[in-house]
Amino acid sequence: SSGINAEWPLRPGLTEDSYNSFILLQDKLHQNIGRERSLVSIGTHDLDTIQGPFKYHALPPPEIKFQPLNQDTVMTAPQMFDIFRKNYLKPYLQIIESSPVYPLITDVNGTVLSLPPVINGNHSKISLSTRNIFIEVTAKDRKKAGIVLDTICGAFSEYCTTPHTIEAVEIVQADGSTFSSPKMGSRIEEYDSAELCLKSGIKTATPEQLADLLTKMCLRASVAGEKLKVEIGPTRHDILHQCDVEEDIAIAYGYNNIPQVLPDLYTIAVEQDVNKLSDSVREELARCGFTEVLTFSLCSRDDVSVNLRIPEAVGGAVQISNPKTFEFQVVRTTLLPGMLKTASCNRNMPLPLKLFEVSDIVVKDTLTETGTKNYRYVCALFAGKTSGFEVVHGLLDRVMLMLDVKDYHIQQTSDPMFFPGRGADIILGTKKIGHLGILHPEVLEKFDVTLPCSVLEFNLDPFV
Amino acid sequence: AVVSTQSGHYGRDENGPTIFRAVEETTDVVKDVLSNIQSKNPVPDKSVQDLKKRKLISSSVTKFYSVSKGEGFRTDIEKPEADLTADMLQDGTWKSKNFKDYNFTAKGAPVVGGCLHPLLKVRTEFRRIFLDMGFTEMPTNQFVENGFWNFDALFQPQQHPARDAHDTFFISDPQMTPKEAFPPGYLEKVIEVHEKGGYGSTGYNYDWKIEEAQKNILRTHTTAVSTRMLYKLGQQEKFVPTKLFSIDRVFRNETLDATHLAEFHQIEGLIADRNLSLGHLIGVLHAFFKKLGLEKLKFKPAYNPYTEPSMEIFSYHPGLKKWVEVGNSGIFRPEMLLPMGLPRDVNVIAWGLSLERPTMIKYGINNIRELIGPKVNLNMVQANPICRLDKN
Repeated sequence: SSGINAEWPLRPGLTEDSYNSFILLQDKLHQNIGRERSLVSIGTHDLDTIQGPFKYHALPPPEIKFQPLNQDTVMTAPQMFDIFRKNYLKPYLQIIESSPVYPLITDVNGTVLSLPPVINGNHSKISLSTRNIFIEVTAKDRKKAGIVLDTICGAFSEYCTTPHTIEAVEIVQADGSTFSSPKMGSRIEEYDSAELCLKSGIKTATPEQLADLLTKMCLRASVAGEKLKVEIGPTRHDILHQCDVEEDIAIAYGYNNIPQVLPDLYTIAVEQDVNKLSDSVREELARCGFTEVLTFSLCSRDDVSVNLRIPEAVGGAVQISNPKTFEFQVVRTTLLPGMLKTASCNRNMPLPLKLFEVSDIVVKDTLTETGTKNYRYVCALFAGKTSGFEVVHGLLDRVMLMLDVKDYHIQQTSDPMFFPGRGADIILGTKKIGHLGILHPEVLEKFDVTLPCSVLEFNLDPFV
Repeated sequence: AVVSTQSGHYGRDENGPTIFRAVEETTDVVKDVLSNIQSKNPVPDKSVQDLKKRKLISSSVTKFYSVSKGEGFRTDIEKPEADLTADMLQDGTWKSKNFKDYNFTAKGAPVVGGCLHPLLKVRTEFRRIFLDMGFTEMPTNQFVENGFWNFDALFQPQQHPARDAHDTFFISDPQMTPKEAFPPGYLEKVIEVHEKGGYGSTGYNYDWKIEEAQKNILRTHTTAVSTRMLYKLGQQEKFVPTKLFSIDRVFRNETLDATHLAEFHQIEGLIADRNLSLGHLIGVLHAFFKKLGLEKLKFKPAYNPYTEPSMEIFSYHPGLKKWVEVGNSGIFRPEMLLPMGLPRDVNVIAWGLSLERPTMIKYGINNIRELIGPKVNLNMVQANPICRLDKN
């Protein structure tokens, strides 16, 4: 066989490296498949310090008394939880804290091995001189518990005096039935050899070569006529389907050795109308002397309501739960906040400032699957020594001309976002599709903009 | 002993007060030089410097010109013209006017115009590459997705870390998609393959919860849209092979830093056809990245919950002179495709990359906030050159 070094079998027992590796594997398993210990929790103990049979039961917190790992004194569960609330164990307390009883694993003498999923007892702590290890896994998901235990046993049993020796444990369940743990089971799967190399694109491999490649990947395989018999061991819980085996074949062969070939599929491309039109409108706006900006879809609740002098507008916005900061509270219902923030941050630019953006906004909509809907909006802003209202009005006329639209007009509005007497709705046919006007000074103040601004914003979807 | 003065003309006995003549004749060197200068005789430069220092002489420069009438001699005053005007053309006076020299070393007048955003210029290029290769654009104008189409339909298990509040933005209002919105027959098949397996799979063997699928989120990838498109494809009477792409915004609730924002743009391409293999995927990737000027590609094994095999794509960047990761790719899992009704021999090869990363590499931008958001310097936007992805 290949790859075995001269020191095999390894010196039995844990070295500092293998001990650290043992701890690290438990941490990783806790984090990933254990979902931060909420699904699976592992406890490893020095078997020589404890005595079976062991009991997995539960007690009211004040009745639990032991010396937790790395603490100096015996204390009750409530006492130790008070300490843990201030350190790295804090996130795990909530998994059981609301229960009237906490889980406990004790040995025949009442010595506490662990209080899953929070902490082990100091008594059975593992050290470099440990010669026998007891592993207990508690979980809310039996399958995942099995995977975790198989993984630990598979990884560390090689350090045993007789490598890969694991002593099974008989578990008696609450109903009296028993089973043996760990499973460490293997299964034999049969695959069609010709099929197996299709997905990897390795057309030239013989069944013997495929068997060889799989064995290299620790999936022991042998040829059986037209089929390949593959042994899938307890360390390969990732093999769910034939495609998992196919990937291993490709990896063993080497991705960079696979011959490349182009699919001979003739297709004619089709664009999304809304994107094609958006790109054309963007180019027209740039031709009119406006500079494009690209701003964030998420903003604060105030940005789409109070700061625009329309407090009730927040009701139509999609809300994010548990945002980290104010900037992630809602999905924007208008492109104005981003536009105004850009104007505010670019005070040193020569005037007038002429900006535009063509992008999606999102609003609540009870008629759709998710209860939300995207709309493609066009927004433009003029900021200068004077408000430039006639400029954005002219821009609207120009864009309508480019969209080949004649059936529109603007109509004065008393929308509080605009300076009194200087705001108008844009009506296409009989429907309002947008608005334009000089922004109210209070809006400018909220966004820290020191110049008068005129804005134009309308929905592009009716033109698609 | 004799002590003499500095000039050497006089001497004095060291011991006595008497001063006596030390030389017969004295020479007044300064007077001689001054006489010579006055007589316009040549004198050594050093002497001249000395006398200047002592302010005994000063130099004055007298310039002489000999002047004669030039070609343009005139007795009236004329100002030279800066520019040719319409009036001059009209009355023909351009023939007799003098024109000032033009300063060719100065820059021209700055052109004030509009311009497009750098990231979106790159987006346009990527769109063009896909269209050139015959890919049809997917409708991605839907930021809010539900767990079902973003995760479950892709065979991503419900207890997977990516479905955590750490990584995903959950929506509090509207919080859930109604169960009735999920296609009934298909929903059952998805639940079955997660819980028990089937279609040749062992499944995940856990208790699937409808509430997790109903939760509304901001989509974490545009693969949610690809999934919906593949489902529609699988529901068709007759399977028609297809090439699809999308470039649009996705949202991740991760830790923010200089190169990561909560929202960015994902580029995704996929091909669904019979008997596609990694060989085809590698071939398509070579063709795609060649259009970006990247001809050398290497592939490394990777993991995605919904593709198997999966490959990370690396390319040798000629400008940076090193291998950089340029994308992720794979073949969708059968557990995802078969419940959709796609034929067993149909494989879907797919790949994706972010739009921001190649843009930042191309334009040498280190902080993503200089590229997207309100803090972008508009001068940078206006000075940003034409996007030529294949020229480095």
